[in-house]
Amino acid sequence: MGKLARKVALVGAGMCKFGANFPHQRNPDMWVEAWLDAVRRTDNGIEPKDIDACYVGNYSSDLFNHQGHLGPQMAGLVGLVPKPASRFEGACASSGIAFRQAIIAIASGIHDVVCVSGVECMTELPTTGVTDVLATASDSLFEYPAGATFPGLYATLASAHFHKYGTTVEDLMRVAIKNHENGKENPYAQMQSSIKDIMNSKISKIKASGGEIPDWKDEFDFLKSRSNPMIAYPLRLFDCSLVTDGAACLFIAAGDVAKKFTDTPIWITGTGQGSAELSMHDRESLTSFIATKEAARQAYEMSGLKPKDIQIAEVHDCFTIAEIVALEDLGFYEKGKAVDAIKNGETKRDGSLPINVSGGLKSKGHPVGATGAAFAVEAFKQMRGIAERNRQVKFDVERMLTHNLGGSGATCVVTIFEK
Amino acid sequence: MSENERDFTIKSYLDFLAEKKLMGSKCKNCNATYVPVRKLCTKCNTANMEWIEMSGKGKLAAFTSITVGTPFFVEKGYGRNKPYCFSVIKLDEGPMVSGQLIGVDESKPETIKIETPVKAIFLETELKGETRVDLGFEPV
Repeated sequence: MGKLARKVALVGAGMCKFGANFPHQRNPDMWVEAWLDAVRRTDNGIEPKDIDACYVGNYSSDLFNHQGHLGPQMAGLVGLVPKPASRFEGACASSGIAFRQAIIAIASGIHDVVCVSGVECMTELPTTGVTDVLATASDSLFEYPAGATFPGLYATLASAHFHKYGTTVEDLMRVAIKNHENGKENPYAQMQSSIKDIMNSKISKIKASGGEIPDWKDEFDFLKSRSNPMIAYPLRLFDCSLVTDGAACLFIAAGDVAKKFTDTPIWITGTGQGSAELSMHDRESLTSFIATKEAARQAYEMSGLKPKDIQIAEVHDCFTIAEIVALEDLGFYEKGKAVDAIKNGETKRDGSLPINVSGGLKSKGHPVGATGAAFAVEAFKQMRGIAERNRQVKFDVERMLTHNLGGSGATCVVTIFEK
Repeated sequence: MSENERDFTIKSYLDFLAEKKLMGSKCKNCNATYVPVRKLCTKCNTANMEWIEMSGKGKLAAFTSITVGTPFFVEKGYGRNKPYCFSVIKLDEGPMVSGQLIGVDESKPETIKIETPVKAIFLETELKGETRVDLGFEPV
């Protein structure tokens, strides 16, 4: 129980540039771009004949793009038909689930090589429409009529965390500032600017238009100003991840065939998935995600590793508060203590536990169904030492964790990678 | 129809709300209480419920003041200049429920305090010629 019956390796990974890609690119365009990027990064190449199945993670193409049935749609674009092609849905954890199911399928012996992907095209709808579609990942019967929006649910969680642990808006801001600093170094990110860059550009614009120059001393002043509007107290615009179009693609293979594709496979040594009641009001805790704790417990147990063994992690920062809660629920810090570690710089790229060096959902972007697969793309790059620009961490990454949360925390997938 | 002749369904729960009653289901086997209604008790895995009327009293467990609202709330006139509060309330009987919190200063959310005692209210909205009733709360 709880062990993989065969070894499973990540042998190739890639993604398209994240951003407001519609209408220049739609789901099929982005998906093929991610596929080509992953093929290019597979050392010895990979062809459709090498692949047994096509797993696609997607949250809501039905509502965003009036298109269902993405499994065969994508498989047909790259010559994978008539092999099995399926779509997986678990809100923002959709491709995390696709990834896990592919790992299980390989470990079972059914398949040897699976193409795992995620894709989402959100900007085809206006922001109000996006907000409404995202809200269907929470409880539409009882939370939605009470006024819950997606940022609103995480803001509610933040209020409870503030009350219980004394967390502050400055603690949230530090997460956003750090993740934007990282995203600046990611050529695939939607927003490749630090918050300081954004602040200075605003000041330049105000100067150019002859307006009154704001007296912002630093990013914190800027983030507390009207230039960072409130969305759902205490969350402001810069506490929220982006609305993004994007796709990511992974090739995973059984241990005994992985060497065909690369001499340096990244081993998947732990996978876990957890759930929680869909409505936040039905859960025991408003300051912690039981789905994260359960997924992490399974993944740690499978890999034999402990939180202290993890050198670097990508965590699901759909909102700044979510990164703080994830760092606690994953066991990296005690409840209420993650904010101190963030303040001390421990989670920065040069810190003792770099978090979201990709830029996170905050800066890299959050095409919800593609996010889980995109986490694994960053793991592939960081563990091979090939992350672009100045984003590569300065030590050899042997053990990395990714954390993919769905909805307001009702689904979670945790994966542990080792060299 | 008397209370205990009603099925333990979401429709029954909403019908009670329309009658301005906050009803929960209580497990006759282990006394666990559920609001909104459940048919199956997940504490003891039995389906042996009875309806109970909740006092409607509780405490504010968590909240937010929303400036970018849902289409339903935008239609009700809320928005950037008129935020509304979404809240999670811990009822005195134990369960937590979601509801709009009124009677607070939504524009100054820092003045709203978790653990404030509240009571249930029934919010009526006229939409497309029909009246709907939603659960809400206000400070006692």
